[in-house]
Amino acid sequence: MHEETVYDALDTAHGGEGQWAFGTGFDDPLAGVDTTVPDGVEPADLGAYCLMLGDDALVLCQRLTEWATRAPELEEEVAIANCGLDLLGQARLLLARAGSAGVLGRSRRHATDSIPDEDALAYFRDPDEFVHHHLVEADGGDFAQTMVRLLVASTFRLALFAQLRESRDPVLSAIAAKGVPELTYHRDHAARWVLRLGDGTSESHRRAQAGVEAVWPLLADLFTATEVETRLTAAGVAVDPAGVREEVRGVLTTVLERATLTVPAWPAERPSPGRAGEHTGELAPLLATLQGLAREHPAATW
Amino acid sequence: MSTVVTDPRDVAETVTDPELPMLTLADLGVLREVRTADDGTVVVTITPTYSGCPAMGVMRADLVHALHRAGFADVDVRTVLSPPWSTDWISEDGRRKLAEGGIAPPGHAPVRTAGPVPLSLGPTRRTASCPLCGSADTEELSEFSGTACKALRRCRTCREPFEHVKEI
Repeated sequence: MHEETVYDALDTAHGGEGQWAFGTGFDDPLAGVDTTVPDGVEPADLGAYCLMLGDDALVLCQRLTEWATRAPELEEEVAIANCGLDLLGQARLLLARAGSAGVLGRSRRHATDSIPDEDALAYFRDPDEFVHHHLVEADGGDFAQTMVRLLVASTFRLALFAQLRESRDPVLSAIAAKGVPELTYHRDHAARWVLRLGDGTSESHRRAQAGVEAVWPLLADLFTATEVETRLTAAGVAVDPAGVREEVRGVLTTVLERATLTVPAWPAERPSPGRAGEHTGELAPLLATLQGLAREHPAATW
Repeated sequence: MSTVVTDPRDVAETVTDPELPMLTLADLGVLREVRTADDGTVVVTITPTYSGCPAMGVMRADLVHALHRAGFADVDVRTVLSPPWSTDWISEDGRRKLAEGGIAPPGHAPVRTAGPVPLSLGPTRRTASCPLCGSADTEELSEFSGTACKALRRCRTCREPFEHVKEI
């Protein structure tokens, strides 16, 4: 009943054409899922919101994978890669949801029709079309700073996802429910590292504190709702990020204090430039790495 | 072509997981439903273990291929995301096969509640007996392992490392 290798099985399933990877669309992540947009919800808003949540995950995944072959120990490298993989899966579902709601931006200018929506969005948008927070695009710094950023990003995302489980969009609600245990695992893993580093040697403490100082200002962008988020929150689809501020602050303060780290003053909050497509100079090189292969060989099969 | 009418569920239930080949998709709880639509199409519903599970495409292809070989021409494999997969869905048979394959099966999944998820800063309290020698004296080496669904542990008695399907 079983094929010799998985490749044989895939090959046969696709009529022996040997196309099974990038751009073949054989594996629509929402295959069979009812993607009807709920009544009273503007599809463009829903798509834009899914892009925000999807880009946060996609870009943080890319930063995490930069640790491949460079982590301090093999087990931790596997851990970081696993966190990235979970985020990539969330991004894929969310970008596919954005595509199913008709939001594709200018990605189709470059992507051929055979490329599925989520790949077109990931590989063929330009930097000004990405809508993630600066928190996730900033250079990761050293291992301590990477763990502090993962702690902050996963605490914020987990708080949002825990509430999004009640979203009126059944697809978003399902993606959130699936993401909650994953994000809990990431947050608690990062928190334990911050504890170990902060309450460790003088060198690890110094590095953890420096990581906190580097990441903390980026909290400024997270809690001001965009117009899309405000409209979708009123429609019962999105979560107002202001509503998770105290939970996020509480978790971060608890971890930092337990880690004997100094909690910096809360930064002056502002609307997120990242959500408006305004990014730092660090995004273009990150996207060049992420998108290079797909843009060089848009119909690649292997 | 055989004329014996086979139940498509029986066929789908023979398909194994590409990363845990000792388990069928049914053992793993990934195979949610097999039914035959009015037009004769076999509709198979599967759910991913983790959002980023890279094996979903292979599972889908394996299911389609197995059903084609059994004579079912039209097969539609659908994904369902909700309710999210839990390790509690791994069958008793599946747990036994995991242990026989050297992988410690999961304990009970944490209870899922609405509202904020409490922070857990202490050492993970998962316990798993060594699938090789049976000793309960084991320690966690890493909360992650070669696939998204496993953690890495070591037995303090026989000293062998082993993987453990982590509870979610």
